Amino acid sequence: MTARIGVVTFPGSLDDRDTQRAIRLAGAEPVALWHKDKDLHQVDAVVLPGGFSYGDYLRAGAISRFSPVMETVIEQAKAGLPVLGICNGFQILTEAHLLPGGMLGNDHLHFICRDQKLRVENADTAWTVDYASGQEIHIPLKNMDGRYVADEYTLDKLEAEGRVVFRYLDFNPNGSLRDIAGITNEAGNVVGLMPHPEHATEPLIGTGRTDGLPFFTSILKKLVNA
Amino acid sequence: MSRTPLDTVEHAAATPDVELPWAELGLKKDEYERVVEILGRRPTGAELAMYSVMWSEHCSYKSSKVHLRQFGEKAPQSDALLVGIGENAGVVDVGQGYAVTFKVESHNHPSYVEPYQGAATGVGGIVRDIIAMGARPVAVVDPLRFGAADHPDTKRVLPGVVAGIGGYGNCLGLPNIGGEVVFDACYQGNPLVNAGAIGVMRHEDIHLAKASGAGNKVILYGARTGGDGIGGASILASETFDDAKPSKRPAVQVGDPFQEKLLIECTLEAFKEKLVVGIQDLGAAGLSCATSELASNGSGGMRVTLDDVPLRDSTLSPEEILMSESQERMCAVVEPEKVDRFLEICDKWDVIATVIGEVTDGDRLEIYWHGGKIVDVDPRTVAHDGPVYERPYARPSWQDELQADDANKLPRPGTSEELKQQVLQLVSSPNQASKKWITSQYDHFVQGNTVLAQPEDSGMIRIDEETGLGVAIATDGNGRYAKLDPYAGAQLALSEAYRNVATTGAKPLAVSDCLNFGSPEDPAVMWQFAEAIRGLADACQQLGTPVTGGNVSLYNQTGEAAIHPTPVVAVLGVIDDVARRTPVAFQEEGQLLYLLGDTREEFGGSAWSQVVHDHLGGLPPKVDLERERLLAEILISASRDGMIDSAHDLSDGGLIQAVVESALLGGKGARLVVPDGLDACTFLFSESAGRAVVAVPRSEELRFNDMCGARGLPVTRIGVVDGDSVELQGEFELSLEELRTAHEETIPALLK
Repeated sequence: MTARIGVVTFPGSLDDRDTQRAIRLAGAEPVALWHKDKDLHQVDAVVLPGGFSYGDYLRAGAISRFSPVMETVIEQAKAGLPVLGICNGFQILTEAHLLPGGMLGNDHLHFICRDQKLRVENADTAWTVDYASGQEIHIPLKNMDGRYVADEYTLDKLEAEGRVVFRYLDFNPNGSLRDIAGITNEAGNVVGLMPHPEHATEPLIGTGRTDGLPFFTSILKKLVNA
Repeated sequence: MSRTPLDTVEHAAATPDVELPWAELGLKKDEYERVVEILGRRPTGAELAMYSVMWSEHCSYKSSKVHLRQFGEKAPQSDALLVGIGENAGVVDVGQGYAVTFKVESHNHPSYVEPYQGAATGVGGIVRDIIAMGARPVAVVDPLRFGAADHPDTKRVLPGVVAGIGGYGNCLGLPNIGGEVVFDACYQGNPLVNAGAIGVMRHEDIHLAKASGAGNKVILYGARTGGDGIGGASILASETFDDAKPSKRPAVQVGDPFQEKLLIECTLEAFKEKLVVGIQDLGAAGLSCATSELASNGSGGMRVTLDDVPLRDSTLSPEEILMSESQERMCAVVEPEKVDRFLEICDKWDVIATVIGEVTDGDRLEIYWHGGKIVDVDPRTVAHDGPVYERPYARPSWQDELQADDANKLPRPGTSEELKQQVLQLVSSPNQASKKWITSQYDHFVQGNTVLAQPEDSGMIRIDEETGLGVAIATDGNGRYAKLDPYAGAQLALSEAYRNVATTGAKPLAVSDCLNFGSPEDPAVMWQFAEAIRGLADACQQLGTPVTGGNVSLYNQTGEAAIHPTPVVAVLGVIDDVARRTPVAFQEEGQLLYLLGDTREEFGGSAWSQVVHDHLGGLPPKVDLERERLLAEILISASRDGMIDSAHDLSDGGLIQAVVESALLGGKGARLVVPDGLDACTFLFSESAGRAVVAVPRSEELRFNDMCGARGLPVTRIGVVDGDSVELQGEFELSLEELRTAHEETIPALLK
């Protein structure tokens, strides 16, 4: 039995199929979840994929956060269900208050798509155990509203508790405070980040690197060993 | 305000003397008289609205039709062509049961008036054409032309267009993998915003725009109909801009990419369950176009109740509803017993869907409003029997003088230092500089199948994860060449796109085109147009790549000044396994650099003549289609057999531009030697066609040379991949750092 990892499709989700592929490539079983369905169908973990759910209208992630499926995701995440939010998924997680802070428009006011260098700051979360702490990786980044912000108190707390999981290296692509690219909750089961690990899982595709695959092998290892 | 009485068919017949505003709607007097003749009475207001938009230049191709016929008449035999010209988009067989549909269209005029929305809805429109064929859209490309890079208005238009393309395409989840950006003062008041899209389906999933089977329901689904874009087709696309009046602003449509994303998913789900008999997207001319085209392509007639169309603005008149170009709408023909399931799928995706009519066993298109019949026409007369003009054309008087102004006589650099400065000047010029500032605003990665994206020679998408089957697309069109000789210019556009596809290792299969020209009422422009089409049709015939569809954009001129004739050609290719693709970037130091093809003194229309001398004259490079075919075969074989590790086609900017790009992308330099018999300037800057530069691993040197020798392709060893600079032996050396700065800082500096 391998792990079953759910991928939620909201209206306007774009990277749901890519995320399912990445899960498959890591050796786990992807399960499609629909935003109107509260049932998580016994999955062992959930990914909220990238995209422009509800067209980013009102505010990125602000409407999806109220989807029926999110009621269950929020409830179970608090009980320890591993949840990964990628890009729009990260935005949804902050809107749902599963992760602190929020996202503003990129400081340069343009959409940005690039191969981004990151440093793994925390290799102990459910989604990063297959990385080494301090490891430098390249993961594609593409967003319009990727500027992570939080108040000083929250930022200090995140740093002190080792909850900054990824930091932008060499170039801060969106003006995120303290170069933060991804964070986790206190328990380490919920992780959100702006870059797209599902786009870095095959040697021929995209940037040609596979630096994103350990996200999916991490969770598999964690679930299978549990 | 109500209109009393309603202008029904009956009312029109009874009131023959009522004056209708046909001129304001863009019809000419004789065209209006023809409508009266067809109907045997004056048209109703609604009928006039339909005829006026459908007979506009944009929808009817009335000036171009007589020339476009050549694409059919000269079409080469091709087993690959599944659906040809005339449908929403052409469809090509790429093997393993897959079919690919692709098309390029223009959204030039709206993008000048309102850059963001004009460009955004351009992407939206072409993507709906692709869905309407039954395919899942998998990529977009955007060939763009702007005015002078340093002109203040370019700073208004370009960022808006780029943000619009990105804002819409990114939100749809379509990787943007190719296209071009060219600056030239001739496009100042007429930027060209062409948008292309590719879709993939299984052979059995091909859908067509026709309404058949009496009793079948006509379902309008997607966005509600509003007042945007009314008369866009007739007023915007078919008239010359003397100045952009603010009053024209409402005629540009406003896009909602989120709605379109839902439309894609919901349409594909309906296709999957085989619920759709015929389908048409609503683009230019909105419901007028969709109803008349569906009805005229089917076997019966159609009856539509306009009151059932969901509206965003309840005050719209029936004429306005028929002309509205509100975006993100589609029209499907569905068998009665499948209507409920179709509506259910729409509801799942939160898409509004409404039955607005049905297919009848008659041959009329009848439209009702408030119980009265306001349209009763033969749909063919609206959709297909528009006016056809044999516009007069004549070779312009200035053409000889232009061609006599020989660029080969321009002064060449006299010293090594001058040569080096010209290289820097070239690679930093707006047209040759890196377009990263633009392309980084587009998502290249979404869908997880992008193998190559700009600045590669062609974009490449994997379409089958198991077998690695992929498709490549390149778009090209050099307006400077076409100005010097439109016949050759169109052939060079095809040659370059064909070569770009082959350079990446894919086999060119088929062509789509977007023909951007000035006013057809100017005989000189009409001659350019006729020559370009003749050239393209002849070349497609010779290369065996049929034209599968495309688009004509006329009236691209400001006052008397037309743009350069700009035929943009898209070539689609197939590659059996994307693992064998050839990238532009140098891969390994020590690999040998070979120049394939013949280099002649050819500077007419070149980037060198433009950048260094601000000159346009002489003749464009010589066209040799047989050479292009041979070069393509060699590039494809070399890729398949692992004989080359990188390849780059030579086009604008010549050899040095290609080498600098490969070096910067790979982070590895090159040492070059001028071959015997050439001067350094010709070696570096000439734009002779039919050439590419390849990097060959030393272990493959013999095999590669033997292959070229056996096939008769001239091959010259010109250097080696080495170091962190580009050096021309005995002349100059430029560090990669210096080149990178020159190449990458130009565009951000101009647009900041």
